[in-house]
Amino acid sequence: MASPTGKFGKPAIEHSNPLARTLLEKLDYDQLTNCMRCGFCLPACPTFHETGMEPASPRGRIAMMKAAVDGLMVPDQQFKDQMNLCLGCRACEPACPADVKYGQLIEQTKEAIAEHAHYTAPVKILRNTLFKKVFPKRGSLKLLGGTLALYQKSGLKKMARASGMMRLFPKHLAEMESIMPPASSKGVVERLGTFYPAQGEKVGTAAMFRGCIMDVMFAGTNVNTVELLSAAGFDVHIPDAQVCCGALHAHSGEINDARALAKANIEVFKKLDIDYIVSNAGGCGALLVEYDHLLMQDDHYREDAKWFAERVIDVSTLLVAKGNPLRFAEQAAGQEEVKVTYQDSCHLRNVMKGAHAPRVLMKKVANTEYIEMVDADRCCGSAGIYNVVQPEMAGDILAHKMEHANNTQASYMLTSNPGCLLQMKLGIEKHQPQQTMRAMHLVDFLRERMISSK
Amino acid sequence: MITESMSKQLKAIVGDKYFRTDPEALITHSYDGTPMLQALPDGVIYPETTAQVSEIMKIASANRIPIVTRGSGSNLCGGTTPLQGGIVMVMHRMNQIIEVDMENLTATVQPGVITGHFSKHIEELGLFYPPDPSSMKISTIGGNIAECSGGLRGLKYGTTKDYVLGLTAVLPSGAVIHTGGKLAKDVAGYDLTKLLVGSEGTLAVITEAILKLIPPPKTKKTMVAMYKDIYGAARTVSKIIQQHIIPATLEILDNPTIRVVDDFAKIGLPLDMAAILIIEQDGEPEMVERDIEAIYTICREEQADRLEIAQTREEAEKLLTARRSAFTALARLRPTTILEDATVPRSKIAEMILRTNTIAIKYNVNIATFGHAGDGNLHPTATTDARDSEEVHRVEEAFAEIFEAAIALGGTITGEHGVGSVKAPYLEWKVGEAGIEVMKGIKAAFDPHHILNPGKMFAKETRKRLVIHHG
Ligand SMILES: Cc1cc2nc3c(=O)[nH]c(=O)nc-3n(C[C@H](O)[C@H](O)[C@H](O)COP(=O)(O)OP(=O)(O)OC[C@H]3O[C@@H](n4cnc5c(N)ncnc54)[C@H](O)[C@@H]3O)c2cc1C
Ligand code: SF4
Ligand code: SF4
Repeated sequence: MASPTGKFGKPAIEHSNPLARTLLEKLDYDQLTNCMRCGFCLPACPTFHETGMEPASPRGRIAMMKAAVDGLMVPDQQFKDQMNLCLGCRACEPACPADVKYGQLIEQTKEAIAEHAHYTAPVKILRNTLFKKVFPKRGSLKLLGGTLALYQKSGLKKMARASGMMRLFPKHLAEMESIMPPASSKGVVERLGTFYPAQGEKVGTAAMFRGCIMDVMFAGTNVNTVELLSAAGFDVHIPDAQVCCGALHAHSGEINDARALAKANIEVFKKLDIDYIVSNAGGCGALLVEYDHLLMQDDHYREDAKWFAERVIDVSTLLVAKGNPLRFAEQAAGQEEVKVTYQDSCHLRNVMKGAHAPRVLMKKVANTEYIEMVDADRCCGSAGIYNVVQPEMAGDILAHKMEHANNTQASYMLTSNPGCLLQMKLGIEKHQPQQTMRAMHLVDFLRERMISSK
Repeated sequence: MITESMSKQLKAIVGDKYFRTDPEALITHSYDGTPMLQALPDGVIYPETTAQVSEIMKIASANRIPIVTRGSGSNLCGGTTPLQGGIVMVMHRMNQIIEVDMENLTATVQPGVITGHFSKHIEELGLFYPPDPSSMKISTIGGNIAECSGGLRGLKYGTTKDYVLGLTAVLPSGAVIHTGGKLAKDVAGYDLTKLLVGSEGTLAVITEAILKLIPPPKTKKTMVAMYKDIYGAARTVSKIIQQHIIPATLEILDNPTIRVVDDFAKIGLPLDMAAILIIEQDGEPEMVERDIEAIYTICREEQADRLEIAQTREEAEKLLTARRSAFTALARLRPTTILEDATVPRSKIAEMILRTNTIAIKYNVNIATFGHAGDGNLHPTATTDARDSEEVHRVEEAFAEIFEAAIALGGTITGEHGVGSVKAPYLEWKVGEAGIEVMKGIKAAFDPHHILNPGKMFAKETRKRLVIHHG
């Protein structure tokens, strides 16, 4: 076995395999050593749950990373496939007694893989367009939103569906298309402006992180978030110059792009005098709270990144911890209680540690019965763009998820992240024949039931 | 080495997908929970039935291929590291709860079922399966049986061995044996059930087990006692038992553990305490009240500096946090955590903890001790860094001296984690030369070609005994 260089160094190996060389350079060897192989993370892992095979578990993946670095294993195609099969849901982290930073290890691994990837021409163009053009620039996203809206509204969508044009696309893409919400080019700032004052007694000042997908596909949810915050006593800034959080970049190995976006956001929010930076998408929030880690090596941004990360909070956590109580409307007499259930956003739960607050809020809404779904904390299989790139695993996970969902007999399936929301809509469309369940963002549900003082 | 034709035969038994020799499979079955131990197998197989296991064993025997049976690979003794290569046989696909017999209060299960799932299932049926190793969320029943795992409830309810009534097992020859049954009494021949419990995958492959279930206790009450004088804590433990009270849980944390736990969980533990006892009693409500009151009085008499009785379940959970987070807190200190399980008669726990502390100072290593005070099963836990070979050497020396001390106090080298390869060099210290010979005879009777988990239990060489100067 490899001998370490110094007391805490990495193994001194000249790998002939280029990917192994990059892995050795990028992977945090201390974290690899911290894994004591106790296996406590296995039951938490969705891909282990589905396959029952150690290579598809966190312990297995870490062992393979270490083996590649130690020269025990050549990181071949199988290695890459196994790393790509990981959802990045990070359910393994809270389960780990040794506090192994799995999220960082898988990101470093994906970064190394991306550096050596030979993507086919179409994938290359798609990655390039998405990561370098669309997400970083709001203009393009809005344009995309506009185009999508046009496509959806003009009847083209119907035509495309009817003519079976979608059948030309791979099945899973076609499935996704059918549940996409109406996109809009009018985001939260266009609707509310860049400042929205607190109602009632003011308890703090927040800045809203609007998210790029959120603001195009779920702009209404962003508006509702601002209104909830205001009703709970927060002044809300919505700085218009903010950019994409960079999460999709980081999870796909484009870490430098993620860093550039982080810096841009820090510059924007740093100008404001704020107590909180509020996210309503677990996927974005989880990267935002880790900006300090992302820019740890950057002398210029380290302090500001820490300032930023310390302020990041999920909307539900902030409402529960600091907000004035919201008032929820009683239902009209004679109406039955509605049953609601909840699918955790993995990143909200595992990284932002925000699993408690959404449940507290749901239980407070008048005339609703909250039903905890079995395995609500298990990833739904959406995980960013996972359901597009790993359709089979995502499909299996979703099928199991929907069994539990259907067992709750709830009429509302609430969640706290756009990816999960879309996945739940897909699940209902595919696995709930009667379609008695509606998937909704928690914020929209709360806003719908809140009594406005206006 | 596994030849092309063997590979074909094995795939014919379990299906192409379930016999693997690819690098990914080999790497991820080269380790278990034991620090600093890794060896590559030649293949990995996932059987689904007893018949398949039998067929596999026949091929392995004919070709003298080592078979290492594996549950979840959470053991801490090198039990599933394939030190001599061969095939790792993963039992996870055999994970069915076959039957729960409500008349005989037994459950019949396959070995790959996860202990935690099983326990929960049994609880939902209104019954109780007491063995609760801290690893139960991930460990398999097969692994528990093969290691004779214990847990927090060991003092009152016993360990795995007390709940195994019968086994189906496959011998290396491929022959299938059935031992015991749904029977409370059975003296037909040698007790092979008990022999297979704790046999660490060296005698046979367990493919089915009949387990004993009991009615659950009605209530539970939790209390904590803190001592500046560790002997006060130790006397409390002895006195509780002397007064014929057997608590469900009786756990101890020593001062180094208290410090680490408080630093991690920030629960305001007093750092000047030498030991904390966490005590739980369960059973009929009146009995629980009476016992807890009596224990409280004993703690008082033994000069406990702080005493707390939980009035609600939430308060109880809070009191239990200290014990629950002990391992996690220690595991986060340094990259490598070595959790041992030296065990002494309960009257000797104070002595053992103090000796361990002295030994740690002598070798300049970090060792904290917590564990099951009631049954004398302690977990001296060293935190170190596998990459620092000089320090690791000192840790090993310290543990050798700790084992020696345990035996000198009438104890044993392992209370529940098993011998495996890690403690094999010390086994003779405990059982003596004649003991080893008998055990080797048993091994040969079951496994004449030594293909089951070779390199475990028996070491090539026994470690030289240390000379300890008591003073
Ligand atoms: C953090 C941590 C805490 C722990 N706490 C405890 C504790 O409180 N109490 C305790 O007793 N142990 C504890 N352990 C040790 C370990 O979890 C137990 O020994 C457990 O029973 C192992 O189960 P497993 O399924 O992982 O078995 P494995 O590790 O896979 O195997 C263990 C042994 O059993 C054999 N084996 C497995 N299945 C079979 C079978 N079907 N037939 C024949 N042989 C088989 C293997 O060959 C091996 O020798 C702990 C371990 C860790 C990492
Ligand atoms: S729980 Fe943590 S230490 Fe244990 S195997 Fe998983 S990653 Fe490694
Ligand atoms: S991130 Fe999720 S899928 Fe990936 S190893 Fe961890 S638990 Fe498994």
